[in-house]
Amino acid sequence: MNIDLIFDPLFRLPFLTGLLLAVWLPVLGLYLRLRGEWLAVLGMAQLASAGALGGAVLGLPAVVGGAGAGLLAALAKWGLKRPSDSAYAAMLLLGWAAAVAVMSNHPLAEQAAGAVFDGQLYFTGGGHLAASAAVLGIGVLVLVRAHRAMLRARVHPALGPPGAATRLAFDLVAGASVGVAILSLGVMASFALAFVPAWRAFATAPSWRSALWRAMAMGLTAYVVGFALALVLDQPFGPAGVAAVLAVAALAPPWRGLRGGASRRR
Amino acid sequence: MMPTGTVLLRAQGLSVGYDRPLLQGLDLQLVAGRVTTLLGPNGAGKSTVLRALTEPRLRLAGQLWQAPGLRLGHLAQAAEGQAELPLCGRELLALTGASADGLPPWLADCLDARLDRLSGGQLQYLRFWSIAAAPFDVLCLDEPGNNLDARGLAALRAWLHTPPAGQAVVLVTHDDSLVDAARQSVIRIPS
Repeated sequence: MNIDLIFDPLFRLPFLTGLLLAVWLPVLGLYLRLRGEWLAVLGMAQLASAGALGGAVLGLPAVVGGAGAGLLAALAKWGLKRPSDSAYAAMLLLGWAAAVAVMSNHPLAEQAAGAVFDGQLYFTGGGHLAASAAVLGIGVLVLVRAHRAMLRARVHPALGPPGAATRLAFDLVAGASVGVAILSLGVMASFALAFVPAWRAFATAPSWRSALWRAMAMGLTAYVVGFALALVLDQPFGPAGVAAVLAVAALAPPWRGLRGGASRRR
Repeated sequence: MMPTGTVLLRAQGLSVGYDRPLLQGLDLQLVAGRVTTLLGPNGAGKSTVLRALTEPRLRLAGQLWQAPGLRLGHLAQAAEGQAELPLCGRELLALTGASADGLPPWLADCLDARLDRLSGGQLQYLRFWSIAAAPFDVLCLDEPGNNLDARGLAALRAWLHTPPAGQAVVLVTHDDSLVDAARQSVIRIPS
């Protein structure tokens, strides 16, 4: 166990990369949950992982392969005739089967699979940081424009869904984000950061604004704990990150009603 | 907002439905400052008429004219989507650009509470207000009295009695007290 590793300059770039994703994925997860699409993250992640491994076989840079595969996964989601949890589960199974098939038949893919499934954040470089910053920046721009329409479609569906361009832009950002995230954090740690803080914030936050802050705070705290834990224990980031996200979500304080007591439910 | 008396929407011989017509030959004219009430038994197609005003796929025949740039607000009958959603009343109003000015005092105190922590009546009146106080030209209100207690119904009757001058309202209800409050134009739809 070497605590000094946490402050080693060698890990600053990976730390920053993960930090951006740890703030962004919980926000993305909130909006996916709002649309009833939380399982889509895992479906897109598995499809993107298969695409990233295929990209490795073709000699593409990892970030390009991951983001490109994520975009293709988003287009696959966009093209679904009946989007549903069942369709996302089918995407998940298809992605997993394709990823394992590619990994089992090509040594280059086997190497890349380590990063995708274990979450080898400590081996990420400037390309991963730039890609993470890009999906965060573009994602925030898309949400600034789409936020109101997405929430309105949930509470007043009779007023109509967001425009087709808005929905496509959000799906593409979600796909690219997932594609970039799985190459840095791993498939399950990315899913955990997109799913768990949003799940907890939906249940505990008194308002949407509060939910955004809570989800980001949970993601950030869990990431820092997971990063330190993995380094100190010499483990891949994936499992340490997932454990940290679950622990932080379980320990997050519940919301209390305006009058100080537990809130009344209908 | 349009001047009172301006015709905002006109339907002639309108047939609405899904794979087959639920209702045929409806003539409807919505005028700023007036309430038009659709009456009829369950299943006659009243709610489908409201939906058809914004969803062309539900209009199977007839003609529909709308004033240029018309903004239609629609309060659906069922309150769906609020369960397990971290959204407070103030945020709900902001989503449609509705002002909280004029809200009954018993509801103004609840604006910072989550929607799924409100009573059924509080939620219903807030949903109604988020459409009624928003900058829409035509308000389609489908059973706005659902779940309201006596206090809520009284507030709704008062609003229907003197709706905003620039807005046309089309109301679907089975509540006689609301029909009486809004009795300006009534269209009876046969079963």
